[in-house]
Amino acid sequence: MQSEVMFAGFGGQGILFSAKILAHAAMEQGYEVVWIPSYGPEMRGGTAYCMVVISDRPIGSPIVRNPQHLVAMNRPSLEKFAPVVKPGGVIMINSSLVQIGSGRKDVDELRVPVTDIANEIGSVKAANIVALGAFAARSMMVDFEILTESVKAEFAGKAKLIPLNMKALERGRQAASG
Amino acid sequence: MGKILMKGNEAIGEAGIRAGCLNYFAYPITPQSEVAEYLSHRMPEVGGVFLQGESEVAVGYMIFGAAACGERVFTTSSSPGISLMSEAISYIAGAQCPAVFVNIMRGGPGLGGILPSQADYFQATKGGGHGDYRLLVMAPASVQEAVEMVMMAFPLAEKYRNPVMILGDGLIGQMMEPVEFPENLKSEPSKKDDWATNGMDTRKSKKRNLVKSLFLDPVKLNENNLILKEKYERMKREEVRFEPYNTDSDYRILIVSYGTMSRVCRTAIDNLKAEGIDVGMIRPQTLFPFPEDAVFQAASKKSCGMALSIEMSMGQMVEDVERCVHGKCPVKWYGKCGGEVPTPEEIMDVVRSNLS
Repeated sequence: MQSEVMFAGFGGQGILFSAKILAHAAMEQGYEVVWIPSYGPEMRGGTAYCMVVISDRPIGSPIVRNPQHLVAMNRPSLEKFAPVVKPGGVIMINSSLVQIGSGRKDVDELRVPVTDIANEIGSVKAANIVALGAFAARSMMVDFEILTESVKAEFAGKAKLIPLNMKALERGRQAASG
Repeated sequence: MGKILMKGNEAIGEAGIRAGCLNYFAYPITPQSEVAEYLSHRMPEVGGVFLQGESEVAVGYMIFGAAACGERVFTTSSSPGISLMSEAISYIAGAQCPAVFVNIMRGGPGLGGILPSQADYFQATKGGGHGDYRLLVMAPASVQEAVEMVMMAFPLAEKYRNPVMILGDGLIGQMMEPVEFPENLKSEPSKKDDWATNGMDTRKSKKRNLVKSLFLDPVKLNENNLILKEKYERMKREEVRFEPYNTDSDYRILIVSYGTMSRVCRTAIDNLKAEGIDVGMIRPQTLFPFPEDAVFQAASKKSCGMALSIEMSMGQMVEDVERCVHGKCPVKWYGKCGGEVPTPEEIMDVVRSNLS
């Protein structure tokens, strides 16, 4: 059983980092994992995207044309990747910045104002973790408890940010189930 | 120790340290710059030397200098940087010094692009620099395998007193996968007193060692080349590594593919099997020495009607595949370059079109 998620947004939104936390959690859960960044000549404010593939057996192709899920943090990402998501997958949209929908009837579309929520709890920088919480709760791609531990582990070097990110993760989860 | 999630480039840097190498000289270039970034803070932590050269040409000769002194040393670069180092690599091979080079390939020729490629196959396996020399070339298909190959590379370089190259592509460097650093691949540096210029005081010897690649006497130069040739023949006998996949089946097509490309092929093979189409694969883990006999045997199987060399280049390894298949079946090439990585679906289409 293999599943994939594409995280996409502006450079600087923490796309690669939130994808890494998900990959970390999947590894802790015992899955095979590949994390593949886009590494074109990109810069802050440009596009950034990152694929995480998890599987219960060795992962063949790290390149996946049709991911199961998508986390779209801005409009260009949604427009670019929504059409290639597999039917039945989750498309999580940052509704703070994206007014349009995916236009797909065969997916589970989840709209969460992750940028607004992050601002509300104290830092716009935590929007990626709000999105991670919402996506993980809805897709159940990884165990949420393990994900929580992985967020703590990834922030171990900046421990003072852990409470904020715990709140961000939880608010994401609530938004996904609300 | 459990597995940790690491980017290929960082894991390659750490593998060098775990292998007991405390000298790393390099010059940054995408897509391998994270090796240098990682080792710039990690080497000082373990008492090693991180040195950024002023160019890849300089780095190549810094490597030669350290290797000639009997020190374990390595560098990493990407395609254009390896071209600049190739002169020094030829000198190092001619002077019989051990060193490890990692090439995280990007698209060429020229400055090309920064995305994954396998277009340096010829450069790595057939020359690169001038003269009759070879590199022992290993091609990882995962971050874990990159770690293991880097750790194996140092004792192999010392066994043959010859440069070893790890040939990865941009994806191997850029992607993250869980890795561990196997204890059993740690090795002690070999004794180098009988050839290295490591100081007569330290080895308490009266014999002077001389490291050089200049032999103006044609008889002596021929002798040096015969010594090198004997080493390369020994590599062919002792160092061939490859992985067969689905070769127990009655496959009608044999794929030969390495590195990241071979993983895409593996997925295509799995999907085709579900459709009732069997395809076999030989994945060379060493590109020199090439798994000549394995490719020949696999292509000789009765069911096999064609061999396909699938590479992220315009057709380089296919020449070795043709050589090894020895006319047992037709050989074709499929590939893309410039950073385009063929998808499993494309490989499946190529296989189907060759069956109909």
